[in-house]
Amino acid sequence: MGDVTVRVNGTPHSLDVDSRMSLLDLLRERLGLTGTKKGCDHGQCGACTVLIDGRRAVSCLALAVAQDGADVTTVEGLAADGALHPLQAAFIERDAFQCGYCTPGQLCSAAGMLGEAGPSVVTEDLTADPPLSAAEIRERMSGNLCRCGAYVNIVAAIGDVAAAGGAADMATAVTGTAR
Amino acid sequence: MNRIEGRDKVTGRARYAYEYPADGVAYAYAVQSGVARGRIASVDALGVLAMPGVLAVLSCAEPPALSADASPELALFQTRDVAYRGQIVAGIVAETLEAARAAERELRISYEAEPHDVRLRPDHPGLYAPDKVNPNFPTDTEKGDVNAGLAAAAVSIDATYATPTQHNNPMEPHAAMAVWDAGGALTVYDSTQGASADRDMIAAALGLAPERVRVVSPHVGGGFGSKGTTRPHAILAALAARAAGRPVKVALTRQQMFDVTGYRTPTIQRLRLGADPEGRLTALVHDVIEQSSTLVEFAEQTATPSRVMYAAPALRTTHRLVRLDVPTPSWMRAPGECPGMFALESAMDELAIAAGLDPVELRVRNEPDTEPESGLPFSSRNLVGCLREGARRFGWDHRDPRPGLRQEGRWLIGTGMAASTYPARRRPSQATAATADGGFVVRIAAADIGTGARTALTRIAAQALDTSADRVRVELGDSALPTASLAGGSMGTSSWGSAVVKACEAMLKDGHSGRADTTEDVKGDTGFARHAFGAQFAEVWVDPATGEVRVPRLLGVFAVGRVIDETLARSQLIGGMTMGLGMALMEETEMDEEAGGFLNRDLAQYHVAACADVQDIDAMWIDEEDGHLNPMGAKGIGEIGIVGTAAAVANAVYHATGRRIRDLPITPAKILD
Repeated sequence: MGDVTVRVNGTPHSLDVDSRMSLLDLLRERLGLTGTKKGCDHGQCGACTVLIDGRRAVSCLALAVAQDGADVTTVEGLAADGALHPLQAAFIERDAFQCGYCTPGQLCSAAGMLGEAGPSVVTEDLTADPPLSAAEIRERMSGNLCRCGAYVNIVAAIGDVAAAGGAADMATAVTGTAR
Repeated sequence: MNRIEGRDKVTGRARYAYEYPADGVAYAYAVQSGVARGRIASVDALGVLAMPGVLAVLSCAEPPALSADASPELALFQTRDVAYRGQIVAGIVAETLEAARAAERELRISYEAEPHDVRLRPDHPGLYAPDKVNPNFPTDTEKGDVNAGLAAAAVSIDATYATPTQHNNPMEPHAAMAVWDAGGALTVYDSTQGASADRDMIAAALGLAPERVRVVSPHVGGGFGSKGTTRPHAILAALAARAAGRPVKVALTRQQMFDVTGYRTPTIQRLRLGADPEGRLTALVHDVIEQSSTLVEFAEQTATPSRVMYAAPALRTTHRLVRLDVPTPSWMRAPGECPGMFALESAMDELAIAAGLDPVELRVRNEPDTEPESGLPFSSRNLVGCLREGARRFGWDHRDPRPGLRQEGRWLIGTGMAASTYPARRRPSQATAATADGGFVVRIAAADIGTGARTALTRIAAQALDTSADRVRVELGDSALPTASLAGGSMGTSSWGSAVVKACEAMLKDGHSGRADTTEDVKGDTGFARHAFGAQFAEVWVDPATGEVRVPRLLGVFAVGRVIDETLARSQLIGGMTMGLGMALMEETEMDEEAGGFLNRDLAQYHVAACADVQDIDAMWIDEEDGHLNPMGAKGIGEIGIVGTAAAVANAVYHATGRRIRDLPITPAKILD
């Protein structure tokens, strides 16, 4: 067991946690924040993606005891004061989910992704910060599996938000870092 | 109108089976067999029971009370016999998940292992003809003289195709929480495709009257058939909760799902086609070999699409099954049609090439007047319309059929097509409708596993009541609601919608409330062959140096009766095609013949299509009126999207490279071989 203090969606929590417990199970089983999903528990599917100190991370591979002092944002923290985050609204508008089980991870991953700078493997010009084309979104979102097959709509939804020009602002709002 | 539960799903408020709060909840973990065949000699639980937090160990050492009626896959811990590697042989109940998992590593089970037989092969001595194939189709059919038809053919194809073991892999692992009340009634929060049937199966396994069991399941994280029948996790939760005297939660791990939640059987399919010089079929023979477990006979209806598709005067279909020391296969999205149409539509492409005909034209020439096997008239059939519209939109008409000619940089480019079909059936369901709070409430134990059933039924009810959708509330996902059929076989919307319309009509007549049961209506669904049809077109790019295959374009055009909700329909069809892309290029579970179990049991090794694999996938439909289906005039759309996709891709790979791949998936190794 070990004592940790974790800030989740702005609220600090001080807990005595089993040293074997993942951050994912801490969120779901100790804090009742079940929006973050367990799809594989091995970092292979992305359903458990949250933002840790502004960066997207799979919470199933993060040990809870190692998160002392961390600032965690889950899907429950994306919507501020009842207003949907633009990504959440875009996912609804584009029907970017079916069963909804990968959706919280897709949303947190997209929110983190919008705040990431630099090229990816599909970027042509490695010296410039690439615009978020569909190809860039597909590449950068490939850590989040969707078995219902909503990728076409997921890419469209994220593209809408990126194209709205507020990507950097939104990323800042959620993650505290700018792209 | 967007998905009704959309806001709940994007904010994390939608609760799935494992996510209900319960005071004093404990955790159970499933322990799996380490051998593929044999007997459990002993279970030593003493050390484990002394570990901190461990509450109970369940195993055959002290078999918990279960009904003799429990199906073999649900009769947990009732026997010492092991039927397959990965079978659940014990359960550990503990205060926390961490404690349960730690105990699992310490539990000592010794086996008397026996030699196992896990390889499906065409010369297996155990092959036999089952009495019927899933769900109750004839095993074999024969019409006309196929030998004469093949002998008279000007052009013929005789080829064998293979599809591998595939796993459903819904994103939500199978999970349940069981809560017994003081009076001995049980509530199970379960991930299921049908609360009514799940209740009945759980009750039968536990020897309870169905009304003593309630299944709650408002949100389900996908199923694709694997949650259509009760899975052992639900029984383990109930037994563990009974043993611990507390609510107990069980979630299967992703790895465990591969062994105990069903899979698509591997198939070996021989197709023989004969045609006259104009490409008209003279004979069609479709022979299928597949597997089941020693516990349960599941015979996939793989050859059934050949009974429906083309006008062959001589037609024979057969299924042969072998019972191996393997987990029990089950439904996976479009069982039967999905693997069967890979073989038939690949063979039709080969026939088109042999006959020097365009593959679209070949299919048009073989359009039947009535359903080929049964002779029944089609309630509606617009395959030709789909083929023509798809060809037009895809730009098929200027295609040069010669393979291996188009190159752009390092890529060889090709196009291919295939037809799709899936039955349009329905099952009896009940529903109620009533006035409430100035609007209406409709109740039915339907399941929304991501199909959008909640939204579709709201629209159906609103139309039946001649009101706006925002005045209708649909309650589903609870066995306490009127009994309903499964979300399976693309029958959800047709079955539930029929009951909802009837209940709404009864309510309008009554003024306050209405109740409906469609058992008699469904009995009248005879006299017609009812199927949806479609055509899929694929463009592929193949790198001959690496074997990499990319699919920049997939287009599906479908004839599915009246579309209830365009957004939901497009999502379902695209979703099916996306899974079909995975089937074409990557999905395959390998059998470890030495250990006698599945080898690649996670999502790092069992590859499903990821975001970067999917480029331009689009689906559309043509107008289709069909008055012989149900009050909505709708055909199911959950499965037809996956039917034909893999053949369209394989046919395009041939066009790009000149290489005919007859065994899925089309991996780089096979391209380079």
